[in-house]
Amino acid sequence: MPNQQISGRRKAYIALMKTLMLVSFALTGALVLFLTVYVLWKGVPNLSWELLSTQPSYLSGQIGILPDILNTVYLILASLVLVLPLGVGAAVYLTEYARNQRLVALIEYAAETLSGIPSIIYGLVGMLFFCQFLNLQTSLLAGALTLVIMNLPTIMRTTQESLKTVPQSYREGAFGLGAGKWRVIRTVVLPNCVDGVITGCILSVGRILGESAALLFTAGFAHAMHGFVSGLGSAGASLTVALYVYAKEQGEFGVAFAIAAILMGLTLLIQLLAALVGRHFKQRRSL
Amino acid sequence: MKHKKQWMETVIHGVFLLLGLITVGCVLLITVYLVLAGIPALRQIGLADFLLGDTWASTASEAKFGILPFILTSVYGTAGAILLGVPIGFLTAVYLAKVAPPTVKRVAASAVSLLAGIPSVVYGLVGMMVLVPAIRTVFGLPDGASLLAAIIVLAIMILPSIINVSITALEAVPKEYEDASLALGATPVETYFRVSVPAAKSGIAAAVVLGVGRAIGEAMAVMMVSGNAPNMPSLFQSVRFLTTAVASEMSYSSGLQQQALFSIALVLFLFIMLINATLNFFLKRSKEE
Repeated sequence: MPNQQISGRRKAYIALMKTLMLVSFALTGALVLFLTVYVLWKGVPNLSWELLSTQPSYLSGQIGILPDILNTVYLILASLVLVLPLGVGAAVYLTEYARNQRLVALIEYAAETLSGIPSIIYGLVGMLFFCQFLNLQTSLLAGALTLVIMNLPTIMRTTQESLKTVPQSYREGAFGLGAGKWRVIRTVVLPNCVDGVITGCILSVGRILGESAALLFTAGFAHAMHGFVSGLGSAGASLTVALYVYAKEQGEFGVAFAIAAILMGLTLLIQLLAALVGRHFKQRRSL
Repeated sequence: MKHKKQWMETVIHGVFLLLGLITVGCVLLITVYLVLAGIPALRQIGLADFLLGDTWASTASEAKFGILPFILTSVYGTAGAILLGVPIGFLTAVYLAKVAPPTVKRVAASAVSLLAGIPSVVYGLVGMMVLVPAIRTVFGLPDGASLLAAIIVLAIMILPSIINVSITALEAVPKEYEDASLALGATPVETYFRVSVPAAKSGIAAAVVLGVGRAIGEAMAVMMVSGNAPNMPSLFQSVRFLTTAVASEMSYSSGLQQQALFSIALVLFLFIMLINATLNFFLKRSKEE
């Protein structure tokens, strides 16, 4: 029996480490559970059709979050439309064109640097560059452009990863048939990196949904209703910024929790979607 | 015809090159803007007075712009979050990477990514409504919004980064190492902590540095729980971080006050660049191992 040779000190060490691991794991699990349940439990009862479908009115003193929902949707749409071509293009350059290893290292280092910069700094630079220098004022467009820079590394990385899995033989086959580089990229490479692009989009939507510090000074706090085009030109609060304003400045905790519950639900949905998409593409790849 | 095609390929190559360089351009843009915006106030206030001054009274008639309280709060707050979050995250990672059955591991992985996906304002809200009142009652304070509340919120927020990066590092440890240790008579638990963990130390160090970066850069959640008074850091007092110093006055500031906020952002940026360089160092070494 090997167990009989284990000294008391070793046994105590093993027991201690085992306990510590289990306690830490239980703590982490309990934390996730508590956060989810608490936010939904406090927020869901405050959700009503009226809250979701109206705008705030000073006359009746009612709060509605429809403008904030629309602003968030506009921000997501505008950011994705702009960041997709940029991020995918950068990834294509890195995997298909770049021959200079130094340049590749520089670009990848820049992307890593971008993903490490805190969002408050993005907000500040976005305010200085987009709102003031490019004279866009505090507007959803300025906010969306700031988000574009923030999400560039994400889209670039996921696209790059899926481009790397496109078999080299596909490219060689197309070149062998006489196709030019651009034609190969357009017809063979790009259609095969759809999974990376979609994964990148899902991750970016999650990040945009949760972003607040970068939007505070670029997109502003307004709660007015707008269409897509006029909305881009005017200031507007996203759901997160609205949550912050309602909780911290106005003490409207019911509304804040309702928004938190919506954000929590959407975060769960995005996680689920990312997992499903990941599994779907993995299955298709292995066929 | 052939000529035209080649010309087009060159143009397209150029376009992709530009797109490839866009990340570099963004980093340059951010750096240049922060430096340009941050320098004027530094010149006017004086570097030593700015960095080492212990009073921040930006709206007083005789304005004082000393950011030492913010720097120290950010350093202490981050250190506290690391002290609290790293052991929990690290031990959870060892459990998930080495001990947990596959089903538990899968469920836990999605729970951890949920934790990473929760918006920081939601952390702030829960902190404001649960943690701050709890600290007030437990410690008998007039107000619970304090450095301690911020440390706890930050510790929770850095957990996902620490767990995920540590798991990746631990799973990359060659199985032969562990097999050898087991064959020599070590028990599984001893093997995990005395063989696997030391073998993955660069990756785990990277996890800690990533956590430092996350903690020092967080603004909104901290703003909601730390009270925002520009005090010298003390565990039970209202404090202001580098990030929240920028965020809390930006909307109404102008002139020298606003320029001083840009200088604070520049200081924060320098911290982050230092952390990024450290992170890259550890990640590179972890890859080489």
